[in-house]
Amino acid sequence: MFPTPIHQRPIVNQYIYKIFLPISLIIWLIPIFGILMTSIRGLGDITAGNMWGTPSEFLLFSNLYDVFTNTPMIKYTLNSFKVTIPTMLGAVALSCMTGFALANYKFKTNLIIFFIFIAGNFVPFQILMIPVRDLTFKIGLYNTITGLVLFHVAFQTGFCTLFMRNFIKALPQELIEAARMDGASEFRIFWKIILPLTRPAIAALCVLIFTFIWNDYFWATVLIQGDHAMPITAGLKSLNGQWITAYHLLSTGSIVAAIPPVIMFFLMQKHFIAGLTLGATKG
Amino acid sequence: MELNNPKAKRITWWQKNQIKISPWIFLAPGLIFFSIYVIAPIFVSIGISFYQWDGLSPSIYVGLQNYIELLDDEYFYISLWNNLKWLIFFMLAVPIGLGLAIFLNQIVFGIRLIKSLFFFPFVISQVVIGLIFTWFYQPNYGVIAPFLNFIGLEGFSILANENTATYGIIFAGLYPQIAYCLILYLTGLNNINPEQIEAGRMDGAKGFHLFWNIVLPQLRHATFLAIVVTVIGALRSFDMVAIMTQGGPYGYSNVLAYYMFEQALSEYGYRMGYGSAIATVLFTIMMFYILFFIYRMYRNEREDNN
Repeated sequence: MFPTPIHQRPIVNQYIYKIFLPISLIIWLIPIFGILMTSIRGLGDITAGNMWGTPSEFLLFSNLYDVFTNTPMIKYTLNSFKVTIPTMLGAVALSCMTGFALANYKFKTNLIIFFIFIAGNFVPFQILMIPVRDLTFKIGLYNTITGLVLFHVAFQTGFCTLFMRNFIKALPQELIEAARMDGASEFRIFWKIILPLTRPAIAALCVLIFTFIWNDYFWATVLIQGDHAMPITAGLKSLNGQWITAYHLLSTGSIVAAIPPVIMFFLMQKHFIAGLTLGATKG
Repeated sequence: MELNNPKAKRITWWQKNQIKISPWIFLAPGLIFFSIYVIAPIFVSIGISFYQWDGLSPSIYVGLQNYIELLDDEYFYISLWNNLKWLIFFMLAVPIGLGLAIFLNQIVFGIRLIKSLFFFPFVISQVVIGLIFTWFYQPNYGVIAPFLNFIGLEGFSILANENTATYGIIFAGLYPQIAYCLILYLTGLNNINPEQIEAGRMDGAKGFHLFWNIVLPQLRHATFLAIVVTVIGALRSFDMVAIMTQGGPYGYSNVLAYYMFEQALSEYGYRMGYGSAIATVLFTIMMFYILFFIYRMYRNEREDNN
């Protein structure tokens, strides 16, 4: 193990480590504490410049009430779910199939197609922006959740294919061979053998895609205009423009925006980390 | 008996060609979608960069005019230069992430929760992080105000100064990026071969020597990933710039990604052709990294097959 386990070190080092650990955590989380504290404050503290002292009042719930009643925050949050969940399901479904095809069959263009998926996954969004916006306009889906979801599904399929293909490729091939010998059709093999085995990969992808899409800001600004379809990231940004000084409300809104991916992360942490490290190839 | 059964002998066309056709059936939905929304637009964008177009009226072919204009565009150079700053300073996330990973790779009470809390910034939207850091930098009541007062820079606004704005944004961007690299390195450290470490210790390797010669080579994979995602992150930097400065003051914190957006799709005008030219430049820069990445994967694939 590296570094040397701390309990094999002199007792003094152990104490220093144990004191230093929480201190470093607190320093690391200062930005988060800042926003939590601000969401408790009232306008009084903000105008008095009391940003870092003890809050003079505990107004978290009243701030939450303000945010939810005076702004379209509920709408934004719902929109975010309406974008994120279908994207997650769509991209995972498509990539289970593409991943299976690329991992399982030998054909001439196999690697080329695989590399196209990978390369596409890394391109800068700006090179896609104008044509995608144009296309979305033409098919009448500009400014709709469906339009945003369609693009997200297509784009995320790149990353998900990379992930799924590598995962399926690492599965024992004998299972598939045996099933073929028994005369199982390819679709049966996919449905009955591969899909159940890829469950951990599907879980990892779901958490990752949820986080990526929930936090997307760029495409939400390019493909959506107006509150009716705007997800929470773009919504926060537009509230930021309206409430130049209402930091307590903005902080509260930010926390609302951060809660779903944070919950997702804590519930599925193992899958999340496995996904981040496994998926990006065995380079 | 069964061999004489004509039913068992007859092999349908589908059975014969199943293996050949199945991959394409599985690939079709994903590949079509991906081609329409990701692959084709790349070429369309490159095409648009040779036109003058406002997105509505008919486009006019102008050849290389957009690129020639770019060469004379002061703001393009500022953005390009800022992208370079992003590339260089964003890389700090890699060693800092590694350092933190080594610091946290211990088994003590509560360490799992502590690690999760360190990952935290990565999960939160960059919009939220950008907002937080914008308040931090507020000259009068931000968290750094007392520090600024102490060094005699009372009321100094990092994000409003043309020399410091970009660094202010990069610093904010490092926060989630360090968390990302930390995740990669912690997994890397977890997968290290303990026998090699012990053998190294037997041979008297200690501290930095052990780290440099035995641990770091084993973290090659994590390092590669960390560098790839950090380079991509640096070149994709858009959210933070959009939230914190919108490229200001006077374009001095602009990056190519945001400058393109500003030219093509904002109140500054709808110059699709010019925007596409900027996007094409950004794409070309990124392509070097993409090809490098793919080359590496290709090499691994070949090794796997041999």
